[in-house]
Amino acid sequence: MSDTKIDKETGVETTGHNWDGIEELNNPLPRWWLWTLYATIIWGVGYTIAYPAWPMLSGASAGLLGFSTRAQVAEDIATHDARNEALVADLVSADLAALAPADDLHRYAVARGASVFRAQCSQCHGSGAAGAKGYPNLLDDAWLWGGDVESIAYTINHGIRNETDPDARWSEMPAFAEILEDGEIDAVVEYVVSLSSQEYDAQLAEAGSAVFADNCAACHGDSAEGNRDLGAPALSDAIWLYGGDRETLKTTVRYARFGVMPAWGQRLSDADVNAVSVYVHSLGGGE
Amino acid sequence: MSDQSLYAAREPIFPRRVSGRFRNLKWGIMLVTLGIYYLTPWIRWDRGPSLPDQAVLVDLASRRFYFFWIEIWPHEFYFVAGLLIMAGLGLFLFTSALGRVWCGYACPQTVWTDLFILVERWIEGDRNARIRLHRADWSLRKWRLRISKWLVWLLIAVATGGAWVFYFTDAPQLMRDLLSLSAHPVAYITIAILTATTFVFGGFMREQICIYACPWPRIQAAMMDSDTITVAYRDWRGEPRGKGNVRKRDRAAAERAEREAQAAGPGQVRYSPTPYPNPRLQGAGTAKQAAERQDHGDCIDCMACVNVCPMGIDIREGQQMECITCALCIDACDDVMDRIGKPRGLIDYLALSDETAERGGAAPVPVWKHVLRPRTILYTALWSLIGFGLVYALFIRSDIELTVSPVRNPTFVVQSDGAIRNIYDVRLRNKTGEARQFHLSLTSDYILRISLEGTDDLSVSVPADTTVLQRVYVTARADDPAATAQRSDLRIWVEDLGSGDRAGRATTFNGREP
Repeated sequence: MSDTKIDKETGVETTGHNWDGIEELNNPLPRWWLWTLYATIIWGVGYTIAYPAWPMLSGASAGLLGFSTRAQVAEDIATHDARNEALVADLVSADLAALAPADDLHRYAVARGASVFRAQCSQCHGSGAAGAKGYPNLLDDAWLWGGDVESIAYTINHGIRNETDPDARWSEMPAFAEILEDGEIDAVVEYVVSLSSQEYDAQLAEAGSAVFADNCAACHGDSAEGNRDLGAPALSDAIWLYGGDRETLKTTVRYARFGVMPAWGQRLSDADVNAVSVYVHSLGGGE
Repeated sequence: MSDQSLYAAREPIFPRRVSGRFRNLKWGIMLVTLGIYYLTPWIRWDRGPSLPDQAVLVDLASRRFYFFWIEIWPHEFYFVAGLLIMAGLGLFLFTSALGRVWCGYACPQTVWTDLFILVERWIEGDRNARIRLHRADWSLRKWRLRISKWLVWLLIAVATGGAWVFYFTDAPQLMRDLLSLSAHPVAYITIAILTATTFVFGGFMREQICIYACPWPRIQAAMMDSDTITVAYRDWRGEPRGKGNVRKRDRAAAERAEREAQAAGPGQVRYSPTPYPNPRLQGAGTAKQAAERQDHGDCIDCMACVNVCPMGIDIREGQQMECITCALCIDACDDVMDRIGKPRGLIDYLALSDETAERGGAAPVPVWKHVLRPRTILYTALWSLIGFGLVYALFIRSDIELTVSPVRNPTFVVQSDGAIRNIYDVRLRNKTGEARQFHLSLTSDYILRISLEGTDDLSVSVPADTTVLQRVYVTARADDPAATAQRSDLRIWVEDLGSGDRAGRATTFNGREP
C-alpha cells in the first residue's frame, strides 16, 4: 500500500484507522498464537474423525472410537439394573404390607414407583396424584376398593372395568333414567346433598330418603357409607369423584358412570407394579 | 504492506541473577506460597470414622468443604462466595495502594516461572551462559543441559498437578493408589492437564501469559491512580545517561569524597548525592563540581535493570503494561549505585504524584500518606465488613437446620371428613458427627395438626453428617378458619431431643378458597 503510516512514538506501522486521533498499531500477532490456531484446527479435524460428527443420509458418521452417548446411556442403565438386581428380586417377592418405611427396599420401591407413576399414571391421575374429575385423587383418604397396599396392588394389576382382564375390579351402577321418574331423581339427589352437610330442602330430602332406601342402599349402604367390596363410593363424605353439586349428581344418577382403568399387570413388570403400589400407598392416603 | 512478518516469534528473555532485599522477599514468598500449596493436603485432622482425616478437604461427591474446624455445606455456599468477593476486593485494595504486587510476588504464574528460571540457572548457568547456549548449535552438551532442565521442570510440574488432586480426597490413600496405578482416571487426567499447563506456562510461555492471556494488566490500569506506589525510574535524576570516562571520573570523585568524609570524622555526610536537582538539596562543592554533576545523570546505562527483568522490558522507558512490579530492577540498580558510590533509589517504588513533586524539587510524600487515602480505606472497610459478616455467620450458624418447601402439586387435599391437608417436604440436616433424633412440631394461630409420612410419632432420626428428606402433613379441620382462608401462616419447628437445639422455618398453609 502506498499510504503506509508509521507511528512516531513506536516506529510501528499503523492500520490507518483513526479514532479521535488515536491510531491502531499494526503489530504482528505472536507466533505461538498461530501455532495454537493450527493445533486447534488439527484437534478439530481429529475430533470429527474420532467421534460421531458428520451428517450423513441416515444419521451421523460413526467415528473411529465407536463412541455414542446413546450406547453410554444404555451402558449406564445396564450398570444400574445389574446393581439393583437383588433389590428387584426382593421387591417381586416382598410382602408389601410388611415393608417398613426405613427399609432400603421400601425406599427403592418408592423411588422406582415414582418414576413409573410419572410415566404411566400421571396422564390421568396428575403428576402430583391429585386426580381430576372422574380420576380419583390418590392423596386423600377415600378409597373405592380399599386403600391398603395389597388392595392398591390388586387394582393396579387388574385395572377397573376393563374387558381385557377377567379379574378386573368390576362394578356398574344402573342408569336410573329408565327406572326412576324425574321427580324421584330430584328427590334422591336432594337426599344425597343433605348427607354431605350442604344446605338442602328438608321436605324433598325426606321424600328422597325413601327412594334411596329402595334403589341405592343395596350398594351404597343404608347410611350411604359406601361398600368397598362393590366399589360403591361413600356418598356421605366430602369427596366426590365427578362432583357433588346437584346437576352433576343428577347426571350421575340418570346415566351412571363407567370409569375404566387399564390392567397394568399386563403391561408392567411385577416389580414395577409392586413399586408403584408402594409409592401410591406412601402418598398420604394409604391405609 | 511493509515487509514485516504477520507473526512475531517470542523474543527470548534471559534474566540475570540478582540479589537484594526485593529478591529476598520474593524468595521468601515463593517458599511460603509453594509450601502452603504442596503441604496443605497432608495436614491431618480427626474427622471421625466415615471421613478421611484431612484438615483441608473438598468433598465434591457429597458436596462438602472441610477447612480445619469449619465445615461448609452446599446451602452455605455464601461463605465461598464471600471469600471470593473478599479476594476480589483484596486485589483491588492492594492494586490501588501498591500497584501490581500480586503479579510481582504472589501470582502462581510469577512464582512458578521464578522457580523454573531458578532451575534453568542452576543447570545452564547465568544470563551470558544461557545466551551462548541458546545461540550454540545443537551438540551433545546442549542436548544434555536442555533435557536435564526439562526433566526437572517436568518433575516440578507433576508435583504441582499432583498436589492439586490431593485436596479432593484422602491424600495418603490417593498417593498409594496413584503409585499402584489404581487411582481413578479423573485423578490421572487432572494431574496430566495441570502438569502440561505448568510445564508450558512456567517453562516456555512465561511473560507471554501475563501479556497475552491475563486480563489483569488491562484491569489494573483502571485500579491505579497517581498515588499508587509502583516501580518507576527517576529519569530527572538519571538522565542524561553517563558513559565510560564519565563513570571513572565519578568513581574518583566518590573516593575523594569518602576520604574527605573520613578525614572530617564521624557524623559527617559520607557522600552528598544528587537525588533532587534542587540546588538547596545538593551537596556543597565547588562550582566546577556542580557543573560536572550537571553534565550527566546518575544512570550509567549499564543495562542491569533490563538484564534482570523477567518481562524483558526497560523500566527507564516509563510505565508499561508488561511491568509486573517485581522490583528486581530496583535490586539490580541499587547494587550498581552502591558500586559507583551514588545513592540508591534511581529505580524505586514511588508514586507518580511524587514524580511531579520531585521534578519540582520537593521531597517525596511519606509512603503511608499515599497508602492511606479514601479509596484504600473504603476497600479495607468493605473487605473487613464482609470478613466480619462471614465470621459472625460462622459463629451463629446452628448444627441442626431445616428447610421447608410446601408441595404445590396439589396445593391442598380434601379429606373425606372435609378437613384440608397440606403437604411439606422438610429437609433435616444434622451437621454433627453423631446420629440425632429430631422432633417436629408446629406453631400457628389456628388449630393445625402435624403428622409425618411413614411414622406414627413426630420424631425422625438423622444419621451423622446427613440430610434426611421427610414428608410432613399439616391438617386443618373442616370447621377451622385455616381450612377456608386462602393462606395462613405457620412455623415448622425441629428440636434436637439430645441437645435441645431448636430451629424453625416459616411457611404458609393453603386453604380451600371460600
